Amino acid sequence: MKTPITITVNGEARLIDVEPSDVLLDVLRTGLGVKSPKIGCERGDCGTCTIMLDGRTARSCLVLAIETDGHEVLTVEGVLQNGELTELQDLFIAMNSFQCGFCAPGIVLAAREFLAANPDPSRYDVQHALAGNLCRCTGYEPIIDAVLAAARGITEEVPA
Amino acid sequence: MAIAHEFAYHRAASLHEAVEVLTRAGPGAWVLAGGTDLVPWLRDDAVHPELVVDIKGVPGLSDITVEDRVLRLGPLVTFTELIESKLIEDHLPLLAEMAETVASHGVRNRASIVGNICSAVPSCDSGPALLVLEADIEMLSAEGTRSVPITGWFTGPRATVRRPEEVVTGITIPLPEGEHGGVYLKLQRYEGEDLSQAGVAILALEGNRYRVAFGAVGPVPSRAPSIEAHLEGIDLTAEAIAGAKALVGDEISPITDMRATKEYRARMCEVMLGRGLEAAVSRRDGTGPAYGTRLV
Ligand code: FES
Ligand code: FES
Repeated sequence: MKTPITITVNGEARLIDVEPSDVLLDVLRTGLGVKSPKIGCERGDCGTCTIMLDGRTARSCLVLAIETDGHEVLTVEGVLQNGELTELQDLFIAMNSFQCGFCAPGIVLAAREFLAANPDPSRYDVQHALAGNLCRCTGYEPIIDAVLAAARGITEEVPA
Repeated sequence: MAIAHEFAYHRAASLHEAVEVLTRAGPGAWVLAGGTDLVPWLRDDAVHPELVVDIKGVPGLSDITVEDRVLRLGPLVTFTELIESKLIEDHLPLLAEMAETVASHGVRNRASIVGNICSAVPSCDSGPALLVLEADIEMLSAEGTRSVPITGWFTGPRATVRRPEEVVTGITIPLPEGEHGGVYLKLQRYEGEDLSQAGVAILALEGNRYRVAFGAVGPVPSRAPSIEAHLEGIDLTAEAIAGAKALVGDEISPITDMRATKEYRARMCEVMLGRGLEAAVSRRDGTGPAYGTRLV
């Protein structure tokens, strides 16, 4: 039976009718047109569907939409600061961290959450924190470099 | 891929209400906590609930408390909360060390330790740790409350003594007396997010008493009584460790699957037991590697 729910998505209250079996990832993408969470493994292994749910990263493929009635979702679309990319995102671009970019929305959110809690991480810390976000293109090194650069506050253009 | 199976959803306002709804609905009702197992099982068409009862709207279920030397974990305490808790760090860092190895950060943010033992897959990381801590599982039903020791909890792969209409209300752990050191070692194909190929939890207590438990090498996580008896009261010499390792084969019954062969699992259990015993004892004695140090 369809039930109306309200989810705050990127600061905006969105009303939508869902079945109990509707998964949040699908409702965000298809029902609400929020496309940055990507459909990957759909079993919690790859991290491409990562969103922030009530301030913590979560895998939207493992959440029923109906569970989030009255809750807050943030996606990469909502991460912009005054319409500008964040420093972390700029570093990802400057350091050519991504190739196809499929993993990028999830990694941006995971790295953002990680840096907020770990301002001075080691390389190993970054590897460990991002281990659940798979990238099939890059081999991870340029992603980890950019997260470390963001932690060290390196904002100048980094030579490729 | 969408979930093909249709079910009803109920958000409970209290655990008593959850029990009422579950009792009325019968065995076709499932409790939903973090959902990190239930949602993929639904998608895989592996479970077919008529009703899903979400307990995340019930206040106070994420509490971690210590009272009268008993640590209590509410039924929604996540692995991330175990890792971040000062009480866990001060009293039972073994639980945080175990939690760090579970799945990945994004999953740990929602997955609960109670959900982990209710799902009861043989490789669950919580099982061995709670076994050596001699935890009790508290449940509520229409008949009242009951408490089951973790040793009697698991009845088979994905099976426990919990009845469908019962709700787990918490895990209680009596804090060990005196100096103690714990360890959880987990063998994985890669670090950071993998199910356990084999897991070993050890608690070294005063008077050279030891508790040892294995995970992912039998139908259920289990204690290793012959190893514990062999080590009882003796110093951890090379000879004692060799004797303990020789008993591993009697205590586990690993299988070969896509994650490892049974021979590899068995051999690595011996290696992990040896390293784990040394680490647990040196942690007990205040010299050991910091909790969270990679030992395998
Ligand atoms: S699609 Fe959700 S973790 Fe892979
Ligand atoms: S850049 Fe293609 S998956 Fe990461």
